Amino acid sequence: MFQFILKRLGLAILVAFTVSFISFSLLFLAGDPAAALAGETASGEDIEALRHLYGFDRPMMVQYGDWLFSALRGDFGESYYFKLPVAGLIFDRLSITMTLGVCGIAFALLTAVPLGVAAAIRPNSLIDRVALFLSVAGQALPSFWFGLILIVVFSIKLRWLPPSGTATWQHFIMPTIVLGYYAMPAIMRLTRAGMLEVLSSDYIRTARAKGAPEMRVMFKHALRNAIIPVVSLAAVQMGFMLGGSIVVESIFALHGAGYLAWESIGRNDLPTVQALILIFAMFYIVFTFLADVLNAWLDPRMRSS
Amino acid sequence: MADRLLTVRDLVIDIPVGGGTLHAVRGIDFELDRGEVLCIVGESGSGKSLTSLALMGLLGKRIKPKATQMDFDGTALLSASKKTMRGLRGARMSMIFQEPMTSLNPAYTIGDQLMEAMLLHRDVPRSQARARAVELLEKVGITAAESRLGQYPHQLSGGLRQRVMIAMALMCGPELIIADEPTTALDVTIQAQILRLLVDLVREMGMAMILITHDLGVVARVADKVAVMYAGELVETGPAKQIFEAPMHPYTRGLLRCIPLPGKTKRGSELGTIPGIVPSLVGKVSGCVFRTRCGFATEACRGDIPRHLRGPQAFRCVLDDGGLSQEKQEVQA
Repeated sequence: MFQFILKRLGLAILVAFTVSFISFSLLFLAGDPAAALAGETASGEDIEALRHLYGFDRPMMVQYGDWLFSALRGDFGESYYFKLPVAGLIFDRLSITMTLGVCGIAFALLTAVPLGVAAAIRPNSLIDRVALFLSVAGQALPSFWFGLILIVVFSIKLRWLPPSGTATWQHFIMPTIVLGYYAMPAIMRLTRAGMLEVLSSDYIRTARAKGAPEMRVMFKHALRNAIIPVVSLAAVQMGFMLGGSIVVESIFALHGAGYLAWESIGRNDLPTVQALILIFAMFYIVFTFLADVLNAWLDPRMRSS
Repeated sequence: MADRLLTVRDLVIDIPVGGGTLHAVRGIDFELDRGEVLCIVGESGSGKSLTSLALMGLLGKRIKPKATQMDFDGTALLSASKKTMRGLRGARMSMIFQEPMTSLNPAYTIGDQLMEAMLLHRDVPRSQARARAVELLEKVGITAAESRLGQYPHQLSGGLRQRVMIAMALMCGPELIIADEPTTALDVTIQAQILRLLVDLVREMGMAMILITHDLGVVARVADKVAVMYAGELVETGPAKQIFEAPMHPYTRGLLRCIPLPGKTKRGSELGTIPGIVPSLVGKVSGCVFRTRCGFATEACRGDIPRHLRGPQAFRCVLDDGGLSQEKQEVQA
C-alpha cells in the first residue's frame, strides 16, 4: 500500500511539472506578451523597454524556472489588469469556488449514490423510473436555464432564497443544487450499473449463503465493490466543477475563480490566467491522486498492480 | 429408522421466461439421513443446481419453488420466514459453489470472510472466530494458515480458493453440506484432491452431504445414495451400490456406458454415447422427457409414466424393467 502511494505520488508530481510548463508556455503561444502589454499605440522602443522590464528577453527556460520558483513560493506575479499580486486576487475567489465545488460534489454524491443503489436493488420499479427520469432531466437541462428557473421560483415568486451574491450560506443553496445536479446523472447511472453487475456476481450469492442479512449484503459486500469506478468519476467531476463552474458563478453572481478566469481571458491578463490554469490543474491532480488512494484502499487488487 | 434430516416431496421450480414458463424442475422427491452422502447426477441444465439453490432459499425473488413437503430437520423450508432461513444458511446448512475464482469477495481478506461466516451466527469474540478459521484452514490442508488470513482472494490459486470456500462452509459445523460441482472449475490434477478432502471432512464431522456432479467416477467412490436427474425430473433413485450394479432406467444405463468403470468396462471397448439433446422445457411438458433420445420409446411414452419400486431403488418408465430385456436381446442378436 505504501509503495503504491509512493508510486502514484511520483506520477502526480511528474504530471504537475508537465502541466506547469504547458501553462507557462501559454504566455508565448498567445503572441508577443510585451506588445500586448504595451498596447496598440506603443512605439517599438516602448515595447523593447517593456520586454526588458518584464524579462521577456531572457531565454524561455530561464523565465520558466524563475516563474516556477516564484509560483512555488506562492508568488504568481502581478495582474496586468488589476495591477495587484495575482496570488491575493485568486485566494479570495478560490475560497468561493472551493465552497461551491465541495458543496456541489457532496450534493451530487449524496443524491446520486443512494438513488443508484435503490434503483439497482429494484430494477424497473417506481424508484428506478424516478431515478432515470431525474438523471435524464439533469443531463438535458442546461445549467444556465435550470439556474434561472430556480431564481424565478425560489427568489422571485416564493422569496425563500437570495438570488445572487455570497453573503450568507443561503446564497450557496441554489448554486450548489445547479452545479451538483449537473454531476448527479453520471454518478447515479454508474452506481446503478455497478450495483447491478456486482449483485449478480457469485460472491454476493456466497454472502447470502453464509446467512448474511440483506442490508449487510448490499452495503458491506456489494457497494464497496460497486463504488470503485464512482470514486474515479467523482474525482474528475470535482476537478471539473472547480474549473468549470463559470456558468453557475455568472448566473448567481458569485465572483469565484471560474468567473475570474473567464474575465481574465477576455482582458488578456496572462499572469492571472496562467496561475488559474496551474491551480485548477493541481486540483485535478490532487483529486485524482486521492481517488487512486481511496480506490486502492477499497480494492486490494489495485495495490499490487 | 435412521435419523431423517431432509425430506423433499414433489418439488417444482418454474421459471418465467419471455414467452412462457420454463418448467425447470418437475416434481422431484428425495430424502437424506444424517451423515449420508447423496449424489445428484445429470447433464447440464437438468435442474441439479436449481434444486440445491431451492434448498438453500437462494433462488432469488423471481423464482418461487413449490413443493408438497420440503423439511430440514422439522423446519418447512418453503414457508420459513426470511429470518429463519438466514439462521439456517451458513449455520446448519452450508453450500460450496462451482466457481471458486469468483465466489470470494475480492475486497475483503480471507480471514474476514471466514470469520464472518461464524460471527453472523455465533455470539463469540473475534479471537475465537479467528482461532476457528485457522483451525479449519489447517484442516483443509492450507499451510501457513495464520498468515493466509491476511491475504486477499486474488493472491490465491483456484484450488486454494476452493479449500477456503470449504473451510468457510464448515465454520459453524453444519449438519448439511451442499456442494454444487465443487471441482468442475479446477485443474484436473487437483480435482481428485479437493474432492477426497471434502468427502473425508464430511465423514469425519458426521455431516450429511448433497454432492452435485456429472462425474460418475466420483459418484461411484463417495455416494451412499444416487439420484439421477434428467431434464428436470428424477428418473431413478436408489442406493449407490444398487444403481451401479443394476441400473434400471434407460438413461441411467446410457450414462453408465459413457464412463469407464474399473472392473466393469472391458479394455479396448468403445465407450457409449447418448444421441440427441435435452428437449426444451418451455411450455407444457408431458409424458417421459427422455423418449426423444430413448432406444425403447413407444407411443405409450407420451402418456403417464408409472413409478417402479425395486426395494429402495425407484425409477420411472413405461416398461417394467426399463427395457432391460429388450437390450439383452439386441446384444445377443
